Amino acid sequence: MYTEKVMDHFTNPRNVGELEGADGVGQVGNAKCGDIMKISLKVENDVIVDAKFKTFGCGAAVATSSMATEMIIGKTLDEALAVTNQAVVEALEGLPPAKIHCSVLAEEAIKAAIQDYYVKTGREIPGGGCTGCCGSCGHDHGCETEEE
Amino acid sequence: MTNVNPIIYLDHAATTPMHPQVVEKMAQVMANTYGNASSVYSVGREAKALLEASRESVAKSLNCLPNEVYFTGCGSEADNWAVKGYAMANRKKGNHIITTKIEHHAILHPCEFLEKNGFEVTYLPVDETGLVSLEDVKNAIKDTTILISVMYANNEVGTIEPIAEIAKIAKEKGICMHTDAVQAVGAEAIDFKALGVDMLSLSAHKFGGPKGVGALLVRKGVKLEPFMHGGAQERSRRAGTENLAGIAGLATALEISVENLSEKQAKIKAMRDYLISEIEANIPHIKFNGNREHRLANNVNFCFRYIEGESLLLMLDINGICASSGSACTSGSLDPSHVLLALGLPHEIAHGSLRLTLSSKTTREEIDYTVSKLKEIVHRLRLMSPIYDMSLEEN
Ligand SMILES: Cc1ncc(COP(=O)(O)O)c(C=O)c1O
Repeated sequence: MYTEKVMDHFTNPRNVGELEGADGVGQVGNAKCGDIMKISLKVENDVIVDAKFKTFGCGAAVATSSMATEMIIGKTLDEALAVTNQAVVEALEGLPPAKIHCSVLAEEAIKAAIQDYYVKTGREIPGGGCTGCCGSCGHDHGCETEEE
Repeated sequence: MTNVNPIIYLDHAATTPMHPQVVEKMAQVMANTYGNASSVYSVGREAKALLEASRESVAKSLNCLPNEVYFTGCGSEADNWAVKGYAMANRKKGNHIITTKIEHHAILHPCEFLEKNGFEVTYLPVDETGLVSLEDVKNAIKDTTILISVMYANNEVGTIEPIAEIAKIAKEKGICMHTDAVQAVGAEAIDFKALGVDMLSLSAHKFGGPKGVGALLVRKGVKLEPFMHGGAQERSRRAGTENLAGIAGLATALEISVENLSEKQAKIKAMRDYLISEIEANIPHIKFNGNREHRLANNVNFCFRYIEGESLLLMLDINGICASSGSACTSGSLDPSHVLLALGLPHEIAHGSLRLTLSSKTTREEIDYTVSKLKEIVHRLRLMSPIYDMSLEEN
């Protein structure tokens, strides 16, 4: 049911782990639904110089996270923000229909990590970004400041 | 992916490899007994004789009358027929059906269909080990109750229900009692008469027989609308030219399964308990699912916290181990298995379930290899899991 590319990224995932002193961290999804992705970024001069992920989820969730980190390393923030879930699916040579949501989660994880970088550096988010708290992406970065 | 490892098949609850004697029997029947059992000439009579011999064999294996055995196209058909056929034929008596939350979809979906058509269904809860309570059964009975259907043994967590006791309650109230014994026939000693149920479903491929053939045992006198309308086969209750090879295969597989059953059962049980204790001794953060006492001899089911079941299955497969899971990704929906949820497991833990089901041929070496791989894989997936980190931080 999975392409060879998906199985390759599942069995030999690239960029697993967490970056020490990451410039931006995004976590999306929730355990109730069975998938959580966490992507951390190192940014220099608006270029993503390193990215790592941790994922709780199915084979497709692991493979899309792995592919997503591979696709954004070396890209500018604007270029990374333009990476769509469709692009991740294509890079993996396809996903079964029931697993497309994993690629959506990967796109959201990238956006959440970049947004976190903008928030941390006090810069304006291009296009306004997500306001947080809507719950649609399952994480609550917008609410953290209130809790603290 | 090419697989370099020998296959270790630990998914006997999904289906079983066919017994060589069954394959041989079926090949013989397909090659030689081509007649239609309804034809009057010799070739047809030969088919009819084999059909009736198979029926008698099944009756003997399960202690019922030969004319209480009705062959069907699969276990699902037997379940559908029992529930819908009984409801349709007895709707004048009442419209209430009692079943459980942990039934196979072959029972649940027919019940939902009946709900859309004027019937009322009570889905009984189970305790955290998967057991139905007799009190709940009694309390659910109404004046309008016509049918109680409770599975003999659960296909995911292996819990064996108190069927004889429930059948007794049903009988006292004059309510028809059906049991889906698809996971139990061939694995547990079953005496239809002594059990006291009115109908019982079984499926050949769960006990070394072929796929696509099952049976419904129907006690004499039970009113049942045919499910498959048409010709006069199966005493006009199940139309369709009989799948003779499949039926002969079912009967042969059942004969082999019930032979020395208690010895085989003891052997599998010992292996099962060894597997359970090895997993518990070697892997932390796990949850045992089901009932330790009232349990199918071949069923092991655990949840591994902080990881997801499909990932686990894929990694096991790479190592040649065939198993199954009740995670959302394997159930084909957004929710994990309805059985694990009915046991009260939270979604996030239910996603990490693994079912291993053995056979009498499963060896200690296979179990040792499986546990060692499982330990590695669970560890590896946890290192990749953000919620494992969070749990470590909390502790
Ligand atoms: C408890 C139970 N009931 C019914 C079925 C359906 O049987 P079949 O696959 O023959 O339709 C199965 C098997 O999947 C089962 O485990």
